[in-house]
Amino acid sequence: MAAVQETIDQVKAIDVDQYKYGFVTDIESELAPKGLNEDIIRFISEKKGEPEWMFQWRLDAFKRWQTMIEPSWARVSYPKIDFQELHYYAAPKKKEGLKSLDEVDPEILETYKKLGIPLAEQEILAGVAPENRVAVDAVFDSVSVATTFKEELAKAGVIFCPISEAIRDYPDLVKKYLGSVVPISDNYYATLNSAVFSDGSFVYVPEGVRCPMELSTYFRINEQNTGQFERTLIIADKGAYVSYLEGCTAPQRDENQLHAAVVELVALDDAEIKYSTVQNWYPGDSEGKGGIYNFVTKRGDCRGKNSKIAWTQVETGSAITWKYPSCILRGDNSVGEFYSIAISNGHQQIDSGTKMIHLGKNTSSRIISKGISAGVSENTYRGQVSAHRKATNARNFTQCDSLLIGDKCGAHTVPYIESKNATAVFEHEATTSKISDDQMFYCQARGLDEEEAVALIVNGFVRDVIQQLPMEFAVEAQKLIGISLEGSVG
Amino acid sequence: MLEIKNLHAHVEGNDILRGIDLTVKPGEIHAIMGPNGSGKSTLSYVLAGKEDYEITEGSITYNGKDMLDLGADERAAAGMFLAFQYPIEIPGVATMTFLKTALNAQRRARGQEDLPTPEFMKLVKEKAKDLNVSPEMLRRPLNVGFSGGEKKRAEILQMALLEPSLCILDETDSGLDIDALRIVSEGVNKLRDPNRAMIVITHYQRLLNHIVPDHVHVLSRGKIVKSGGKELALELEENGYADFIDEEAA
Ligand SMILES: Nc1ncnc2c1ncn2[C@@H]1O[C@H](COP(=O)(O)OP(=O)(O)OP(=O)(O)O)[C@@H](O)[C@H]1O
Ligand SMILES: [Mg+2]
Repeated sequence: MAAVQETIDQVKAIDVDQYKYGFVTDIESELAPKGLNEDIIRFISEKKGEPEWMFQWRLDAFKRWQTMIEPSWARVSYPKIDFQELHYYAAPKKKEGLKSLDEVDPEILETYKKLGIPLAEQEILAGVAPENRVAVDAVFDSVSVATTFKEELAKAGVIFCPISEAIRDYPDLVKKYLGSVVPISDNYYATLNSAVFSDGSFVYVPEGVRCPMELSTYFRINEQNTGQFERTLIIADKGAYVSYLEGCTAPQRDENQLHAAVVELVALDDAEIKYSTVQNWYPGDSEGKGGIYNFVTKRGDCRGKNSKIAWTQVETGSAITWKYPSCILRGDNSVGEFYSIAISNGHQQIDSGTKMIHLGKNTSSRIISKGISAGVSENTYRGQVSAHRKATNARNFTQCDSLLIGDKCGAHTVPYIESKNATAVFEHEATTSKISDDQMFYCQARGLDEEEAVALIVNGFVRDVIQQLPMEFAVEAQKLIGISLEGSVG
Repeated sequence: MLEIKNLHAHVEGNDILRGIDLTVKPGEIHAIMGPNGSGKSTLSYVLAGKEDYEITEGSITYNGKDMLDLGADERAAAGMFLAFQYPIEIPGVATMTFLKTALNAQRRARGQEDLPTPEFMKLVKEKAKDLNVSPEMLRRPLNVGFSGGEKKRAEILQMALLEPSLCILDETDSGLDIDALRIVSEGVNKLRDPNRAMIVITHYQRLLNHIVPDHVHVLSRGKIVKSGGKELALELEENGYADFIDEEAA
């Protein structure tokens, strides 16, 4: 409830520009030359100090990528991307081998502070109870600039570090799991990512360990004409539990920026992974100029029996979102969940949803999707639920609700359902509604102004999903919803 | 405090209000009665600031301020409150959340601080108890799946909490059982105050037994065709509207 009020405060605090993360950090960067070829891939691999096997892996991906064509089935349209016009590596210039946060460029620390992400542990610790602590990995353009609470996590046996570090320090784990959920050749953007990925987070939670705090990665794109290709790999060993959150923002720029990430999750027997995203990349201006092209492949593998993976996403940013966090329910009795709030305003285009692939016995999945379209945006839910021949007693429940604000936007639902096992039971419910004038008048007659009324009604609409987020992020998400819908009425 | 002069309202090609004059002073209770479709709810909506209606003539002044320039939220902040004949459902928004958002929105509009949560909770619990609204109902989404009577009680709860200076009750009695009618009437009477006025729209004398009006008006085809004291309601109960309506038609 208080969050609604805060939303409003925040909405009010914003004047012309609704996107408050649009500032640019003035910092010297080291850039790879524009374009993509084997030399660039070697350049990235060398910058990261990678072993030869990793370089070969990238090269393999690059070769495959050259034979692939960009997919066109999504309900999004954009001018052709010139992949040779991008920089595939950008890193703030820094001293080699940072040892502590004291050595992080103050400009960057300031940037994260402005974004509300304190990186100095003393600051985070001030007044925060241990169970509410959040460890952060901060990725700035192509590199991880800081990871907090590493030591405390290490005490519990949890590895939380930039993936580039994991490749050097834990090659066996990386070799075993990297590309095991999203194979090199999976799709155009994932293959591109496999060739040029720069940084991202690596998490390993050992057998029987419940990760003692929330983990999070905060992605920031700063440099111009740069693609960000992050790669995240999370492994929960037998009986382990981890909750992870990612946040993203980018400066306001007139040209479009490409973001093509890959996230792989592996849950072994009895393990559970909760992965939450609050995506707030720059969406472009009111004319549809600029904004991030967000082409993301996220997939979780419930590899072990009784394992569980839950995706929760709040998607408010980006000019284009192309994203389908999915679960492969391989282990018997495994559970997959997908909770989504996707808000499109202005000229944004969202094509997002999930896939639940039932392979094991007694597997179940649940999909709750809430799409909100305003302005002249297009918002598509695309979801696939399938049961393999051996997936006896597979269960799925899908609830897919769309809310329209105004009459120039579009909401579309595209479900694909396939079952090769007669015992599977799949349920699908879908609704489309509008905020009614009566609801608006009722709220206003109680003293809420237009923006407050919309924020309240929308927060009610998405309540089922907000409840899935970790407490502190739920508040953030509610604020963000109000801000994203700024200017959607009247 | 409220002055309505020669008010004409128009919707989708129909003149619904056709010259209403009404003056309400602080502390007074005015009852408005009249046949179905005579324009009672329309009048209440127009007062509260619903935008569907075009005001073609006349004025509404409240505490010296022209209300026609103000939006519904500003009128609420100025102290007007409408208890709806058909309260609206707000899915996913707990009644408690709604109450808090509304109260704080009005406080802010008046330049006051938000009410701290513990104080707010205490206040709501107290008022809810008076109106026999259960804590369980406060957790449910506002008006969603509420019975007719529960919706009406929730309206009065909002009114009790927001403490408006002008209360407009549109058929708050319809849908209430005998006990609920008494509880709600007691709740309304508790709000009677020398500085607060009420306009009570109803079809039935029995509400006016509980909430005794100072003035009774008969609305017919968008005009007040008869005004009198509380005895006018009794007369209507006896004889129906036929007399006045004929008078008007003639
Ligand atoms: N949006 C609208 N479009 C067309 N006609 C309308 C509209 N709103 C109200 N009316 C008409 O205006 C007239 C007055 O309606 P109103 O709801 O004010 O009546 P009422 O006196 O409250 O009746 P009741 O006692 O049944 O509640 C009715 O004939 C109604 O059909
Ligand atoms: Mg009515």
